[in-house]
Amino acid sequence: MSRAALARQKIEAAEARLDGLILPDGATWATEARRAAEARVRAAGLPQRRDEYWRFTNPAPLLSDEVVPSSTDLPEESPVFGEVDRLRIVFVDGIFDPAQSDALEMAGLEIETLAEATATDIHWAKSVFGVLEEAGQKPVDRSLAALNTASAEEGIVIRATAKAEKPVALVYLQSAPASEAMIHHVIRVEEGAELTLLETGPAAARFSKVMEVDVADRGTFHHVRAQGRAHERLAHTHAFARLGTESVYKSFTLTANGRLTRNEHVVELTGDDAVAHIAGACVGDGSDFLHDDTVFITHDAVNCESRQVFKKVLRNGATGVFQGKILVKEGAQKTDGYQISQSLLLDDDSQFLAKPELEIYADDVACSHGSTSGAIDDEALFYLRSRGVAHEDATDLLTLAFLAEALDEIEDERLADDLRDRLENWLKRRK
Amino acid sequence: MAALDEVTAKDGVDQETVDAVAKLSGKYKYGWETEIEMDYAPKGVNPDIVRLISSKNEEPGWMTEWRLSAFDRWERMEEPEWAMVSYPKIDFQDQYYYARPKSMETRPKSLDEVDPKLLETYKKLGIPLKEQAILAGVEMPEEERKVAVDAVFDSVSVGTTFQAELKKAGVIFCSISEAIREHPELVKKYLGSVVPPSDNYYATLNSAVFSDGSFVYVPPGVRCPMELSTYFRINAENTGQFERTLIIADKGSYVSYLEGCTAPQRDTAQLHAAVVEIIIEEDAEVKYSTVQNWFPGDENGKGGIYNFVTKRADCRGDRAKVMWTQVETGSAVTWKYPSCILRGDDSQGEFYSIAITNNMQQADTGTKMVHLGKNTKSRIVSKGISAGRAQNTYRGLVSMHPKAKNSRNYTQCDSLLIGDKCGAHTVPYIEVKNNSSRVEHEATTSKVDDDQLFYCRSRGMDEEEAVALVVNGFCKEVLQALPMEFAMEAQQLVAISLEGSVG
Repeated sequence: MSRAALARQKIEAAEARLDGLILPDGATWATEARRAAEARVRAAGLPQRRDEYWRFTNPAPLLSDEVVPSSTDLPEESPVFGEVDRLRIVFVDGIFDPAQSDALEMAGLEIETLAEATATDIHWAKSVFGVLEEAGQKPVDRSLAALNTASAEEGIVIRATAKAEKPVALVYLQSAPASEAMIHHVIRVEEGAELTLLETGPAAARFSKVMEVDVADRGTFHHVRAQGRAHERLAHTHAFARLGTESVYKSFTLTANGRLTRNEHVVELTGDDAVAHIAGACVGDGSDFLHDDTVFITHDAVNCESRQVFKKVLRNGATGVFQGKILVKEGAQKTDGYQISQSLLLDDDSQFLAKPELEIYADDVACSHGSTSGAIDDEALFYLRSRGVAHEDATDLLTLAFLAEALDEIEDERLADDLRDRLENWLKRRK
Repeated sequence: MAALDEVTAKDGVDQETVDAVAKLSGKYKYGWETEIEMDYAPKGVNPDIVRLISSKNEEPGWMTEWRLSAFDRWERMEEPEWAMVSYPKIDFQDQYYYARPKSMETRPKSLDEVDPKLLETYKKLGIPLKEQAILAGVEMPEEERKVAVDAVFDSVSVGTTFQAELKKAGVIFCSISEAIREHPELVKKYLGSVVPPSDNYYATLNSAVFSDGSFVYVPPGVRCPMELSTYFRINAENTGQFERTLIIADKGSYVSYLEGCTAPQRDTAQLHAAVVEIIIEEDAEVKYSTVQNWFPGDENGKGGIYNFVTKRADCRGDRAKVMWTQVETGSAVTWKYPSCILRGDDSQGEFYSIAITNNMQQADTGTKMVHLGKNTKSRIVSKGISAGRAQNTYRGLVSMHPKAKNSRNYTQCDSLLIGDKCGAHTVPYIEVKNNSSRVEHEATTSKVDDDQLFYCRSRGMDEEEAVALVVNGFCKEVLQALPMEFAMEAQQLVAISLEGSVG
């Protein structure tokens, strides 16, 4: 297919999708932001199989007209982070449910729904909503995110002005098997403030989520997410972050199953001495499983640090994808960039596809990346077996050990322990 | 080399490295021109030009058809844009596709009949086109190995040395135009079987208009008695060079092949789009080494060669082995990915590359290792050095197919930036589709082997000395992959340390 034909196909797909779209109601600034996002989708088109940016993952199921239903009948288990003292905000099939949620109040935080915020004529969210997403459209189009900005009615808007006393937990429940959810969160962590955001739950049969996070100077934002147990679920999520001087942004995602999950992280370090850590652990099972981590980190200030740690355990024909890039702009000296992506293939049908990139325009930097793929270490397995550990237990143990490096990225030990236990149980209860 | 002189090396980058790079990429030594009368085909490319080239080479009808069908396809293709290089759009109709020295109109029967001006050109370039040592019957000292040379000047092969001696061993070494005439059965069987005429934009163009190049056939069980080499010289202005190299190493054979290239210094850019195909049968081994020294353009990016090259080796038989080694210092723009198809079980591919870009040079180079057979092994060692305002990209693919059980790949790419106006980039693709294979990609200098470091430290070296020793040892290992004939040029690179590198 020629480049022109591909471009045409993308635009036609966008036009078909946007045909008859009614933008959500809102204040003038919000409507303008949504209109601009719609125009971005029209100009760039929607992703197709032949897009280099979608080289390893077919975007078609994320855009098809029909939503394939997913089972809502999940095994009983205690909620993730159930033991953690937190402010719960619940979405059912992508719609905010005030009845199941705690009151949207906490010292140091201003919490609103997206609908409330975007209906307000003068609102701080104007400087973030659709703004970070638009900045993240270069050098590749991320039209799915723009589509979300244009059409999402649901979401949460949080402004942290001080250190929040406890985490805010977003809980996504699914009740209708064929539900489709589109959520857009807007977050601003003000100077010196601190916020921890938790996300859990299957959300919907098909889930689109965009989160824009603006961290001001010396602000700190922690994000810990546990994605799904549902095997049929489709999800694509985007996080766009802008980091000020000496700010900290740390994100960890645990993904277990799901049919197609694509998590994109677009982080721009714009202030000196900022720190960004993005990590993920994923266990995938089954030939219809595909998990894609796509990360783009831009260093545009001096003395910043970025870390990407991604681990995937794949079995029964599962596919793991990693596309990661560190871009160091001219003048972003003293950058410390690190990236590791590793996969453990538990059988011969599973596959790992990776494109770990570096693009560097500054000479006084230390950037490195590594990527490995292979089977479980036979010698380690033999060692455990020779000490009387059953084969399955030994495999689980080595799997957990393999994932540990990613889980170690979670700073809060309570959250890390919770996820470790969860992972252990999930491995035990394999299908 | 103004750009480099002004640079103060950053901490950890030693001055020796900067000097070595400056020296290597300093004033272009081969920028002079041979004044010689040339025959040109009319400017531009069309089916008539394709036919003309075919007829100049006195080719059989099937070859002309092959070219024409490639041209037909090329017209419907798009120029690739994915590489991290930028240059003004090439006007493919505004250049010559065939240029031949007038004196080559009647093919010389031996090197003695070749125009002395041409012989002088190669002498000046340091390329021996004489077999005098042999002819005079003088015993050669053992370390002075013989090298057979095929000298290509613009669109034609000027001559090939040591053909008779090679023939005794059963090795065929001649220009590709001669091979098409003399060994059509071999050419028909292998040409386009590794790089099909439809492969990519430049390879397809090459398939239509290639004018000459080298052909090598090493019969079963033969170890080629000497190094083979081709020296490409672009001399004519506004002329593209499209050469085609075809190397066949039959079962159990061995050959080492060297390639060198230079061009005069000119203000306008010139296109060089070559195709190299290598077929390696069971138990055979091919070493292919390149020192690429095309004119890189001046310090403002004026002129230079656009080097758009497709090189691929097909390890067809079990235990076949190929080794690509390249030292890339020239060309304004380089677009080149010598690749290995590891089809036979237990076959091996290796790629060693040092790419140096300076001033306005741009290089997007790397390799593809496609593992299809069981127990196949590949190794990639790539070092990119960028100075001035240059951009240097490593782009590579490692692919483990489902049937390539128990295969191994190890990749290491290091880059070094000298100055704050240049760029170094790494774009590896890794596709692993079975779990018995292991793939490791690494791009860092801090990963200097800890054991080796500890060993050096425990013997009283300070950290810096220890690192220098380990890194230099590592670098030498790469350079030693080069045949001795390139040692002189390569030696200058040994001083390059990798301190202060980025992945």
